[in-house]
Amino acid sequence: MKNDADQAPSPPYRIFEHTADLGVEICGTDERNLFRNAALALSDIMTDRSRVRGREEREIVAEGGDREEVLVNFLREILYLYNGEGWLLKECEISAVDGFHLRATATGEPFAHGRHTMDVEIKAVTYHRAEIRRSGQGWTGRIICDV
Amino acid sequence: MSDIRIERLDAFRWIIPPTGGMRVPGIIYADERMMQAMGTDESPRQVANVAHLPGIIGHSLAMPDIHWGYGFPIGGVAAFDMDEGIISPGGVGYDINCGVRLMATNLQIGEIKGRLRELVIALFRKIPAGVGSESTCKLSVAEEKRVLRQGAVWAIDRGYGSDGDLPAIEDGGAMPGADPDCVSDRALERGRRQLGTLGSGNHFLELEVVEEIFDRRVASTFGLTAEGQVAVAIHTGSRGFGYQVCDDYLARMVKRSGALDFPLPDRQLACAYLASDEGKEYLAAMACAANYAWANRQILMHWTAQTLEKTLQRSPRDIGMRLVYDVCHNIAKVEEFEIEGRKTKVCVHRKGATRALPPRHPSLPDRYRESGQPVLIPGDMGTGSYVLAGTDKALEETFGSTCHGAGRVMSRSRALKASRNRSIAGEMADRGVIVLAAGKKTLSEEMPEAYKDIEGVVNVVHRAGLSTKVARLRAVGCIKG
Repeated sequence: MKNDADQAPSPPYRIFEHTADLGVEICGTDERNLFRNAALALSDIMTDRSRVRGREEREIVAEGGDREEVLVNFLREILYLYNGEGWLLKECEISAVDGFHLRATATGEPFAHGRHTMDVEIKAVTYHRAEIRRSGQGWTGRIICDV
Repeated sequence: MSDIRIERLDAFRWIIPPTGGMRVPGIIYADERMMQAMGTDESPRQVANVAHLPGIIGHSLAMPDIHWGYGFPIGGVAAFDMDEGIISPGGVGYDINCGVRLMATNLQIGEIKGRLRELVIALFRKIPAGVGSESTCKLSVAEEKRVLRQGAVWAIDRGYGSDGDLPAIEDGGAMPGADPDCVSDRALERGRRQLGTLGSGNHFLELEVVEEIFDRRVASTFGLTAEGQVAVAIHTGSRGFGYQVCDDYLARMVKRSGALDFPLPDRQLACAYLASDEGKEYLAAMACAANYAWANRQILMHWTAQTLEKTLQRSPRDIGMRLVYDVCHNIAKVEEFEIEGRKTKVCVHRKGATRALPPRHPSLPDRYRESGQPVLIPGDMGTGSYVLAGTDKALEETFGSTCHGAGRVMSRSRALKASRNRSIAGEMADRGVIVLAAGKKTLSEEMPEAYKDIEGVVNVVHRAGLSTKVARLRAVGCIKG
């Protein structure tokens, strides 16, 4: 399979910081795009995503009582892929999302010393102040991670 | 300050009177300068939020190292009624039983001064540290479950240290009620590979030297006999295992928060009644993580002793490494207190706070019966530590609790900016501390200016009577993740 490691434009996100934590504000053109960008932002912060290849697929499902809970639970799943299985995300396609459920397919590969770096260790995605807003231009979301 | 009302109670106490849904007042221990420095920090609001939770007893408390946390503030202490109260994973924190252990030695700094760098390098090689570091001690799931039930006892049974260490560990190194069946497969998987690792961030292993003794009698009881004596401090917790336990139960409790009969001021305060199945299961899983952390620090202590012996070519008896004490500062515990004249069991949450039992408390080992419990307060990287002793006043006012450390004042990115074009390792060396870190950014992120002044924090708890100063130790060598 051809190496697709050089095609990884950064998703639109901004980091804001609290004293002991890392906040991320993500934008999306629509709800699906927001969730996709949130997953990519998480991966971007952790590693140089341009060096990750989309060699394997993982199915992800998440649920929650509202959009914010779905977002945090989805990102908790993405984070577990690394923290639990040593697996890095390259791309993510959201096949279905509503206020209570999400289904997505992630592509990526196992972390390999030499090939990948761990730039920022995200230890947890918290529910604290998680927020999703819809504006005229699109969608924005905010989450706070423990680093 | 956030929009809540705070009134001065006395020299070191500030009260947040109950408003809205607050069931009890909040109390913050701090001096005037600290309160002013808090500025727009939202942690007083968080103290007030905790006061909303059912079954809270007395006050929602905060120690002088208070800073913003998720839901509960860091530096927060809150006790809950066993029948009507709640337990909250966010009131314990992600790194369950993050804590500190201090070991004294027979060595004097003069004996090792010329070999410090060699020692720090040897420790850095022996102790796995940093992001994603894995242990040389990998476990089967069956063996891991034994760790979760037995804590430091498991480690000692496998040759890491000796039985004599157990009385010098909070709860004897094994919290009762730990049930591995309450732990997820994910947590078990993460825990298998990380027992015997230091981790990253603010965790460290430090060679220290006794710099100043404030109470010679108590210090000597703790095994700290003279200025110049070498000691070792280890600051770490339950690694990915504890994080996963917290993460799993937070998600479960957030999911069910709509079914609670009270509103949550913040989703991260998600909780369950102590008397409910969910509350009991969290407590049993949390105890597993607490035990994992005690086993972890026990193993790291043993490897430290081995490394010192090998590097210095001295016998164990010669080096004389012995455990002074091991405290946890992220925990919820069922403890007994005298409340309104009656002995009552309550569940005390200490999130960034340390237990501080007074002399003659029944939970203390014989050797500390007259001195009170050793309280270990680590400073920021390379600063050293304070050793304090527990007091009756802490038992009366703060459910036997005191501060836990310095607390961050600077975000990691601000620290990175502030350290640009500087060699933090070089600056530390100029101050007489040899530092080695696994992560290239760790030293910058953890530089001393990024933290509150530990001396100020310790002076407040000392003068407020929550614990008394026994000794101050200065760092001479430090390994970081």
